[in-house]
Amino acid sequence: MKCSTKWYLERWQIMTLIRRAEEAVAEMVEKAEVGCPCHLCVGQEAVAAGVCAALTPEDTVWGGHRSHGHYLAKGGPLEGLFAEILGKATGCAGGRGGSMHLVAKEQGILGTVPIVAGTVSLAVGAALAYKMRGEKNVAVAFFGDGTLEEGHVHESMNLAALYRLPVIFVCENNLYSSHMHWKLRRVADNLHKAGEFHSVPGFRLDGNDVGAVYEATRKAVKRAHAQAGPTLLECRTFRWRGHVGASYDLDVGVKRRGELTGWMTQDPIRRVADYLIDHGVADLAAREQAIARQIDRAMQAARQAPAPSPTRLGQFVYAAAAGANAETAGANQADGSNGAIPSAHRQAALAEVLCAN
Amino acid sequence: MRQLSYAQAIREAHAQLLESDPRVLVLGQGLWSPWYAGSSLENLDRDFGKDRILDSPVSENAVTGMAIGAALAGMRPIVFHPRMDFMLLAVDPIINQAANWSYLFAGKVTVPLVIRAVINRGGEQGAQHSQALHAMFMHVPGLKVVMPSTPYDAKGLLMAALEDPNPVLYIDDRWLYAETGGVPAEAYTVPLGKAAVRRTGADITLIGTSWMAAESLRAAALLEQEGIDAEVIDLRTLKPWDRETVAASVRKTGLAVVADSGWRTAGAAAEIAAEISELAFQELRAPVGRVTLPDVPAPTSREEEKAYYPVAADIAAAAWMALEWDAQRQAVPVPNVTGNRKQRAARTA
Repeated sequence: MKCSTKWYLERWQIMTLIRRAEEAVAEMVEKAEVGCPCHLCVGQEAVAAGVCAALTPEDTVWGGHRSHGHYLAKGGPLEGLFAEILGKATGCAGGRGGSMHLVAKEQGILGTVPIVAGTVSLAVGAALAYKMRGEKNVAVAFFGDGTLEEGHVHESMNLAALYRLPVIFVCENNLYSSHMHWKLRRVADNLHKAGEFHSVPGFRLDGNDVGAVYEATRKAVKRAHAQAGPTLLECRTFRWRGHVGASYDLDVGVKRRGELTGWMTQDPIRRVADYLIDHGVADLAAREQAIARQIDRAMQAARQAPAPSPTRLGQFVYAAAAGANAETAGANQADGSNGAIPSAHRQAALAEVLCAN
Repeated sequence: MRQLSYAQAIREAHAQLLESDPRVLVLGQGLWSPWYAGSSLENLDRDFGKDRILDSPVSENAVTGMAIGAALAGMRPIVFHPRMDFMLLAVDPIINQAANWSYLFAGKVTVPLVIRAVINRGGEQGAQHSQALHAMFMHVPGLKVVMPSTPYDAKGLLMAALEDPNPVLYIDDRWLYAETGGVPAEAYTVPLGKAAVRRTGADITLIGTSWMAAESLRAAALLEQEGIDAEVIDLRTLKPWDRETVAASVRKTGLAVVADSGWRTAGAAAEIAAEISELAFQELRAPVGRVTLPDVPAPTSREEEKAYYPVAADIAAAAWMALEWDAQRQAVPVPNVTGNRKQRAARTA
C-alpha cells in the first residue's frame, strides 16, 4: 500500500458511506417501502472508490443497473440517490429513473442505465468529444462481467482504440451475471484479455484492494492523457447480495454459500479499516456513527420529499429548445398534448376541434 | 431562385452546419466514398477534415452509441446510416438510450443528435437494402422523425434537426436525390412539425410522405385531367406530425387519401388515417384511403419491383375510390370511375 493514511481514510469514508447507504436501501426493499428494482454492490465498494479517486470532477463516469456505488464515489448527493430510489420529485432524476437511472451532471455522472452495455459506447462518444475539443477529461465506463458478452462492447473497444480515445473500461467481475456463474457462460476465465484483439491493453486486478484499483486507474488516466487510447481494467470482486433486491441469493436457488463466506473474509472495507487501525487511526467507530447520522438525515429528507406530480406526466419527453421556458417543457409533447392525463386531454382536444367548426 | 438537386441541398446543409458550429461532426459508414451517400456528402472530408468527418468501421450499434455519448458531452453529431436496413443494428441505442434520456433523467441530460438514414429502395437491391422503416421510429416517444421530399426541405429540415435539442431521425430517399428545386444559398431552417400544402384543392386531400408526397402531386395532376381538384399535403415531419394542417384540409374537402412509402399494417398511413377519423369525423364522407406498400418484404427482380412500389396512378385510384364511396352515399354518379378502375385493374394484373 503506497498511498497515505489520510488517503486511505478518505477511501474508507466513501466505501463505508456506500455500504451503509445500500444497507439502508436493502432495509427499505425488505419493508417494501421501495418498489423499483435495486441492485446492490455490497462487497464491491473498492472498485468505485478506487477508480473515482483517480478522477477529476470534470471526468465523467457511465454506469449500469448496479451503480449506487459509482454515483456516491463520484460525489453524487446522497439525498438525491435516496429520493430517486423512492421515486420522489427531488430524486437525482426527478423520480423518473429509480435505482437504475442515476445522474448528477455537476459531479460528472452523466447517466446509468440497466440495458447491459448500454452506456459503454456512450462513454466512448464522450471521450471522442473530449478529444475533439482538446480537453483533458477522461470517460469511464463501469460495467459487469456479463457486459463483455455483448457484441457492441467489442465494437466500442475497437472504435476507442482506433480513434485513441481517453476512455477507461472498468469491468467489475463479480463472477455472476445475474444468477449465472461465469463457468456457465464462458470457456475460459480471461476477461482482462477481452481487449487484446482490439489493441486495448487489459489488466487483472484485485478489485477488493482499493489502492490497487486506484493505481491501475491512475495509469489508465495517464495513458488517456498521453492520447495513447483506452485501457481495460478487470477488477475481481464479489457481490454479497443477490443480483437484485436485498437477499443474498441463497434463497433463490443460487448455491454459493461457501463462495460467499470466503469472499466475505475479503471484505474491501475491513481491509482498509485494518490498515487504518494499524496506522493509528482510532476513531473509526465515531466516524461510522457520523456516517449513519448522515444517512438517516438524507433518508428522512427523501421520505418527506414530494412525489412527482401526475400533472407533469408528459414533461421532458422532449427537451425544450434553448430560450424556451423549462416549466412549459411539459407541453412539448409530440402529439401536441401536455401528457398530463392523456385520455382527458385527448377528449378536450377533440372537443376543441369539434367546437372550432 | 438558385436550383440545386436534393442531394446537393443535403450536402450544402452539412457544409454550412460544419462551417458555422465547431460542435458539429459527422460519423458513420461511407462518408469518404460516393458509393454510399451519392453526392450528398461529397468531399466533406476534404473540406472539413477527416477528424470531423469520421468514416467509421461497420459498427452501427457502437457508432450510434458514440454519437449519443458525444451529444451528451456537448457535441452536435450527425450519425449516418447509408441504408436504413443497417440502422436496425442500432435500434437499441436509438430507442433505449437516445429517445429515453431526456425523460428518464427529468431533462437533466439531453441528446441533441441527428440520426440520418437513407431509404434506398428499388434497383434490385432486395429486402435488406430497401426498407422504409420510419413508422417503427414514429412510434417512439422522445424521437422526432422528418422526411423531406424537396431540395428546399432537404436543406432546411437538416438544419432544423441539428438545432433541435432532441434526437431527430432524418430520413432521405435515394429516389429523390436527382430532383431539383429552388434552394436559397444562405442558411435557413424549415420548422419541425409543420406540413406543407403543395397544392390547394377543394375536392379531396392527398397526404404524402417523402417520395410519396412527390407522387401525390403527380396524382393530383392526373385527377385534374378528370376534373377533380385535389389538395396535396407534404407531411415533411412524421413526428410530431402536423395534425392541424391535415385536419383543416380534410374538414374542408371531406375526403382523404394517405400515401406512404412504408408497409400498410401499423404504418404511418394507418396512424394518420386514424387521427383524421377522430379530428374530422363530422366532415369525413368516406373512409380514409391508404396507399402503401403491401405487407410483403421488398422483392429483388425488376418485374416484381414494378408491382411492389405504388405510383401516382395508385394514389389517383384510391382517390377515385373515396370519391365513388361518397357519390354512392349521395347517390350521385361520379364521372369516369369505371375507366379509372379499369386502368387500375390493368396495372395490378
